[in-house]
Amino acid sequence: MTNEYRAFIISVMRSLRQSLSPGRFRDIVLVGAATLLVGASFGAIAIGAGLPGYLPSLLSVVVFAGAAQFLFVGIIAAGGSPLAATVAGLVVNLRHLPFGLTIGDVFGNRWRGRIFGSYLMSDETVAFTLAEFTPAARRAAYWICGSVLFVSWNLGVVIGSFGGAFLDDPAILGLDAAFPAVLLALILPSLRDDAMVRRCAVVGVVLAVASAPFLPAGLPVLLALAGLLAGVRRTPAALPDGPGR
Amino acid sequence: MSVATPLLVAPSTLLAGAAVLGAGTYASRLAGTVLRTRVRLPPQLEKLVNRGVVVLLAALVGVAALIEGAQFAGPARVVGVAVGGLLAWRKAPFVLVVPAAALTAAGLRLLGIR
Repeated sequence: MTNEYRAFIISVMRSLRQSLSPGRFRDIVLVGAATLLVGASFGAIAIGAGLPGYLPSLLSVVVFAGAAQFLFVGIIAAGGSPLAATVAGLVVNLRHLPFGLTIGDVFGNRWRGRIFGSYLMSDETVAFTLAEFTPAARRAAYWICGSVLFVSWNLGVVIGSFGGAFLDDPAILGLDAAFPAVLLALILPSLRDDAMVRRCAVVGVVLAVASAPFLPAGLPVLLALAGLLAGVRRTPAALPDGPGR
Repeated sequence: MSVATPLLVAPSTLLAGAAVLGAGTYASRLAGTVLRTRVRLPPQLEKLVNRGVVVLLAALVGVAALIEGAQFAGPARVVGVAVGGLLAWRKAPFVLVVPAAALTAAGLRLLGIR
């Protein structure tokens, strides 16, 4: 890496950092710390299940999606076929498609940004992006959160894979409650401001939770999109509606 | 075609699974971002998509808070998420919301409430 290139990266990071409020940056670092712990437990669980030492890290770099990785390893550890594990993970990750439709503006018009930025997409990163309102802050939230989570997740997985099973159950630290709370906190402003979004979300959550015991993982969350119908029926196209989000 | 123990899965099969999962996941991620540059969505539809993402995230919260596998996740997690959500509703900062959710769930489990 040349010095000019390094200086360029540092200046980009600095300008991104300045587009984000200090409080938000701290929030992202906090979620990064929690992500590291969950990554460590993923590594420990995968090794504990008898999988080869390189696999957790390989999955984390290649897939970079916590829920799908847990599912993949869980199915194989339970004696399921690798094919079933792969398909299950793919279904869980389908939700990224609508994510990209919504937050794709943060990549600007550059293919390089789109190609690399898409790779960093995750639930938390999308939620942090949605919680910002100016284009500069959205862009900063996406890239900073994406990078922080990429580093913390992969670091955590390496620690968990090779550092022994010091944390093989995220429930012991209550981390299984922390992550839904993070997402909830980030979407609360949208839910609070917009009664229509709220109504669709309530219907969607009920559909997802009610179907979760019966459908394969990932599908209940996609089924929640049917909750949008609760909004469509009541919005006549003619309704004047300001520059909404 | 299931195998008895994970150790019986050939490494090459695992690698192939990881590669396919990675490629498919990336395709899902890229598809949305590319699609939005190809088709100009009418404002009404764009609004619907934006709303849909909030609904997706809300559903993730609901399922992650309540369900583990195909079963109820247990009261500890649900109460933990609820405490975090309540604090967030009262506009508490993340440094409070996240530890409160985690410590509530962990504390309840220490008390024997799973």
